[in-house]
Amino acid sequence: MKILVAIKRVIDANVKVRVNTDNTGVETTNVKMSMNPFCEIAVEEAVRLKEQGVATEIVAVSIGPQQAQETLRTALALGADKAILVKSDDDLESLAVAKVLKNIVQKEEPQIVLLGKQSIDSDNNQTGQMLGALLGWGQGTFASEVKVADGKAQVTREIDGGLQTVELSLPAIVTTDLRLNEPRFASLPNIMKAKRKPLEEIAVADLGVDVAARTETLKVTNPPARSEGIKVESVAELVDKLKNEAKVI
Amino acid sequence: MTTLVIAEHNNEQAQASTFNTIAAASQLPGDTVVLVAGHNCQAAAEQVAKAQGVSKVLVADADYYVHLLAEDLEKLVVSMADDYSHILAPASTFGKNFAPRVAAILDVQQISDITKIESDDTFERPVYAGNAIATVKSNDSKKVITVRSTGFDAVAQEGGSAAIEVIDSTGHADTASYVGEELTVSERPELTSARVIVSGGRGMGSGENFAMLETLADKLGAAVGASRAAVDAGYVPNDYQVGQTGKIVAPELYIAVGISGAIQHLAGMKDSKVIVAINKDEEAPIFQVADYGLVADLFKVIPELNEAL
Repeated sequence: MKILVAIKRVIDANVKVRVNTDNTGVETTNVKMSMNPFCEIAVEEAVRLKEQGVATEIVAVSIGPQQAQETLRTALALGADKAILVKSDDDLESLAVAKVLKNIVQKEEPQIVLLGKQSIDSDNNQTGQMLGALLGWGQGTFASEVKVADGKAQVTREIDGGLQTVELSLPAIVTTDLRLNEPRFASLPNIMKAKRKPLEEIAVADLGVDVAARTETLKVTNPPARSEGIKVESVAELVDKLKNEAKVI
Repeated sequence: MTTLVIAEHNNEQAQASTFNTIAAASQLPGDTVVLVAGHNCQAAAEQVAKAQGVSKVLVADADYYVHLLAEDLEKLVVSMADDYSHILAPASTFGKNFAPRVAAILDVQQISDITKIESDDTFERPVYAGNAIATVKSNDSKKVITVRSTGFDAVAQEGGSAAIEVIDSTGHADTASYVGEELTVSERPELTSARVIVSGGRGMGSGENFAMLETLADKLGAAVGASRAAVDAGYVPNDYQVGQTGKIVAPELYIAVGISGAIQHLAGMKDSKVIVAINKDEEAPIFQVADYGLVADLFKVIPELNEAL
């Protein structure tokens, strides 16, 4: 069984993001970029499914600028067998990304598409679900456990009230939540090996997919700052402040 | 223009997020119609019909809607979409699960997690874990939107008398089926609508130690939350998690105990009205957002606090 993993290159999770001076976005020059953490979990899950003998081939796909190649090399070092970079210098919206992925899925014919539940830049949480709808496939979103057997996937999902389990007939979409697994680090020999694995590049324009933007970002601003607080010295002082100053208890 | 709100409910009762979403819909031009899809969900429909700002409630009742699978809800909402300019759902795991499917079939770029409505096509939404606020204009003719509950005060749940109409169900997709659920049962208020929240982090040291936070929560009528670190360590279940990818909360009072304050956690709680931080590390980033900080050993001061209240 083939598994497709979609990954995104984003500002590293440990970078303190700053709004740029002309309020059009955030500062990206000289900022460390990495694989979106939820996508790392998706790659790890694909590798584990291959180690379990469920999957036979893992294809990693990314849509982004030339530098997204590095992100794909990381996926190859972690255990993906081949990679596809759909080159786009514009930041595509999730609907456009889902359409591009649909095109790739139709060529690659995977049984499972694994994606992170959201990227930590746009925080949209849309692409997997959109891809599921466009393909007419079932989905297990926010997965904390995935079991694949007999042409079906059983996915345990993290929902607001606790956990829910659904059964999906394959092919299907799975989006990953934080506790699905703990991603491994790529070993040096595997990083070297990854350099020789196939990485195909396609220009997004060559796919014939409508990727036109549907929204405009009018401005990006800092969130309202909180006024500076105070330190209290004791429990008694804290209780007094909450009762008499903040009046919340 | 008419807005369709998809209600989140458990067939007996509508979730609080439904009333925040109706509040957002009320800020848009035109009427607000609410869809209650479910099974034996009359009670939830009647509750929604009494809410302020609702002009009509549509009920789709079928056994396969009992757990509101995204694949089934997609078909239903898409079949109704022609009549509406805006389709709104709560930005909870319920709304996040199905709304993008509806948007994709309608060929619309969804606007997720809005916190403010500027006009019928322009919205504010946090990005980068709330470290930036984007103002986004949608050029799609129809809008599909998820609403962050903390951005909109819930409408009153009484005084309204909307008509309830039954509509046709649209069938069960054979691509996905429900297997089971493990829901956390608690007598305490729900995290996303609690007035007070007591949250614990890695500093709690164990799941057993959460008992003292529960005592504190019960004294304050509070919900109990946690940081990702505490959930990852297995101290408490996943549904306790407050943060960028967990629950977004904005209570009157948020008490963070043994939480260092990673940006991903702050993203989920920094809109709280009053924040108290208790941590023995005075350099902990949580103190930067706290109104009242107490640098102390939580194992000493939480029992003291429980005594004092």
